[in-house]
Amino acid sequence: MNPNGLTIDAARSAIQERKATAFDLVDAHYEKIAHEDEKIGAYLTLSKERALEKAEQIDVLARKGDPLPPLAGVPVGIKDVLCTRGVRTTAGSKILGNFIPPYDCTAVARMESAGAIVLGKLNCDEFAMGSSNENSAWKPVHNPRDLSRVPGGSSGGSAAAVAADMAVATLGSDTGGSIRQPASFCGVVGLMPTYGRVSRYGLIAFASSLDRIGPFSKNVKDAATVLGVIAGRDPMDSTSAETPVPDYAAELNKGARGLRVGVAKEYFGEGLDGEVRASVEAAIQKLASLGCEIVPISLPHMKYAIPVYYIIATVEASSNLVRFDGVRYGYRAKDARTLSQMYRRTRDQGFGAEVKRRIMLGTYALSAGYYDAYYLKAQRVRTLLTRDFEEAFKQVDAIVTPTSPTAAFKLGEKSDDPLAMYLADIYTVTADLAGICGISIPCGETKEKLPIGMQILGKHFDESTILRVAHAYEQAG
Amino acid sequence: MATTSHPAISARGKYEPVIGLEVHVQLLTASKMFCSCANRFGDAPNTNVCPVCLGLPGALPVLNSKGVEFAVLAAMALNCRINETSIFARKNYFYPDLPKGYQISQYDKPLAEFGHVNITVGGVTKKIGITRLHLEEDAGKSLHEGFPGASETTAVDLNRSGVPLIEIVSEPDLASPDEAYEYLTRLKEIILYTGVSDCNMEEGSLRCDANISVKPKGQKQFGTKTEVKNVNSFRFVREALEYEIERHIEVIESGGKITQESRLYNSAEGKTYGMRSKEQAHDYRYFPEPDLLPLVVDEKWQSQIRATLPELPEALRARLIADYGITAQDAAVLTISRSLADQFEAAAKAAKNPKRVANLVQSEILGRLKAKNLEIDHSPISMKGVAASADLMESGAISSKMLKDLYDLAFEQNKDFPTIYEEAGRPEQSRDTGALEKIIDEVIAANPKQLEQYRGGKKTVIAFFVGQVMKASKGQANPQMVNDLLAKKLDA
Repeated sequence: MNPNGLTIDAARSAIQERKATAFDLVDAHYEKIAHEDEKIGAYLTLSKERALEKAEQIDVLARKGDPLPPLAGVPVGIKDVLCTRGVRTTAGSKILGNFIPPYDCTAVARMESAGAIVLGKLNCDEFAMGSSNENSAWKPVHNPRDLSRVPGGSSGGSAAAVAADMAVATLGSDTGGSIRQPASFCGVVGLMPTYGRVSRYGLIAFASSLDRIGPFSKNVKDAATVLGVIAGRDPMDSTSAETPVPDYAAELNKGARGLRVGVAKEYFGEGLDGEVRASVEAAIQKLASLGCEIVPISLPHMKYAIPVYYIIATVEASSNLVRFDGVRYGYRAKDARTLSQMYRRTRDQGFGAEVKRRIMLGTYALSAGYYDAYYLKAQRVRTLLTRDFEEAFKQVDAIVTPTSPTAAFKLGEKSDDPLAMYLADIYTVTADLAGICGISIPCGETKEKLPIGMQILGKHFDESTILRVAHAYEQAG
Repeated sequence: MATTSHPAISARGKYEPVIGLEVHVQLLTASKMFCSCANRFGDAPNTNVCPVCLGLPGALPVLNSKGVEFAVLAAMALNCRINETSIFARKNYFYPDLPKGYQISQYDKPLAEFGHVNITVGGVTKKIGITRLHLEEDAGKSLHEGFPGASETTAVDLNRSGVPLIEIVSEPDLASPDEAYEYLTRLKEIILYTGVSDCNMEEGSLRCDANISVKPKGQKQFGTKTEVKNVNSFRFVREALEYEIERHIEVIESGGKITQESRLYNSAEGKTYGMRSKEQAHDYRYFPEPDLLPLVVDEKWQSQIRATLPELPEALRARLIADYGITAQDAAVLTISRSLADQFEAAAKAAKNPKRVANLVQSEILGRLKAKNLEIDHSPISMKGVAASADLMESGAISSKMLKDLYDLAFEQNKDFPTIYEEAGRPEQSRDTGALEKIIDEVIAANPKQLEQYRGGKKTVIAFFVGQVMKASKGQANPQMVNDLLAKKLDA
């Protein structure tokens, strides 16, 4: 048994059947990290003490022969925007370089209660702002499939850790595509749940009305298992929904036959790489052969998604990031003589260029006299976009698109061109704006052996259906 | 107050002030607005805090429904219309005691609107509009003294961060500092009656900002306003407004222009000073708070809250006047707090003759309080004590003279009536007609001239005899008995 190639079920069964201990799995993963991560850069902080303590608990349970919880002994990594009690949490930013949260993010707490073992914190773009992980204040992440290329972003570390077998599953966050796009670039599964499906408590906010927490995994079933653990109402997050949580893993067995799958022409237009197009179209053919009905649809307001996204996300970010002022925690500039100087220098020295750019964009869009023209208008267009999906979902059960217009690009290729970088999210931001769920699964490779991802979008709180489609496709090989 | 030679005084008559007030009131909920930390004044700094009210990254607000109920109750008491759906908004600004860098407040869709408070100044009653009442959270406090290193550093106490507040914004309907004072008094009284706040200005649970402008009499358009911020007593609000009115008029009369700005009142000097423009050049960049759902207070919830609305001071005063025949002035005194009014009513209802309780308060308590410069809630004689004494008089056990003496003793020794009555050995006025008849006989015998006048038809002389008898009995005699016996003997 290779302890590093395991899925959730395999890991849990191995422990339950006493073929391996949780300690073995954790140890093997830390070994792997020690060997591989220097060139990949996925981990920012390792939480060995916490991991070994947890592993011991699981092994005690296993020795007693008690039935193990769903994630028992599963080594996982956590994106560094999710707070972990006693474990440094930086959000990829210098401004939180010394921040040790006194509390756990709800999703992390639920993972641990279900038996997961947190190996450490994963690299990401600063405050989850970016599409290549090059905006991390600490180091870039290299794509395990081709080290000269980016892993995608912002959850680049979360995707790379799973792709490089440095975790069985990981948690990331998605605001404009930050789970699905890196999943696609690294050739793993990345699931963005419906807004309200998973509590945001403990997720360091980028854009509160868009942010979601979701899993990366090696297969669809693992994503379903993790979602089942982290989903559900949390009294600490007013925007988390009461909607009951189905048994996602059980839903998978229903298959995809008879499901209506929409294909929107707007997602196959200009800018889409030919190889990506061919792979996704082939995947759609395969879905048809599995008994899905392929239905052409239109999402006419898609062309406004990027501008709308960059107004709403930056407006909310400009407010969410005011608290990083050097007063109570995190980085504080040392040489300031006045309060105003302390604010300016702390934020100037503490934030990276992309974060500053977005704070300025959002502050501008929200300033007196511009509110109606930018924020209010963007919210109205967001409503139109959402209606597009509502209309589409009257005709179809799921929508299939490419996850990203291209496969992974080279480090440095777009880092001087923010607009080109923003367009990397063109197929993913719509689902964030509409609040619906989406998953990216591998659907082939380019000639250069770079993974290509297919995105499957679903109705609000209908993760079951996209998981079924994804699972059926995956099983068909 | 300025001297009479002040040039603005002569011009004062040409202008009319326009005043609007913004009042912040802390709500007496057990926990804070968006987390479960204790809402308590006076604890050691930073002891009632958690990730939410510290503004730690990733922490999220959860609305305290008790805070909503308190705010709705206050809004109902102020005759506001409750908006079934209201929206929380973020007010963004940097300040060390504002941990999230924004205050959760309400902006274009407040909890309640279109209310009013009635005020009476100089015998004229006027309705003062309330534009809006909204819910928000308080900020922490910056401390500049009282800790090591205070000379070089400022410390922040976040115990107050997240304490629920209502902001009550009046229409610019107030035309004088006196009206402003009266409005604040009535507003505070109403809030106190609802019990949602203690309105303690010293502890900051009621705070007031005043907007003031002046315009030539009759002109419709308002002048440029200034805002006097955070004045910490109603008296200072009145003084600050007086000062600002004169300052505005003086500036305008001398050809200048008022700058729209925020000012602070220095009560020691009786002057306002402009705040540095840097401190007030705020663009708060309000936008809807994405971490909270719209607040819905549906009809069912509203009617549940309305059911808890107590009788409010204005209605209560009208009823007391009608039920107990007391004067408007006394009704005002008896209703300065809900508990006093409740005590009065309970005592009056328990007494054999409720009106006698009202009369005693009016004739015997209020004067004594005034003489000792005491507020009625510090009266040595409680309402229960008044009721007990009223019953003793009613049964004829004590005379009014005895009551007055016992009241004097109670005020001297700061003891309630029942205690004093016990300590005096439960005195009773004489009901022994034998002893009284003996005194009357002696008085009649000693005043033959007056007896002759009486019998000659001048019946009013009986008052003289009553007085002499009361004097001879050292006030112990029952006046009714004296009257009856005297009449019998004089007419014999």
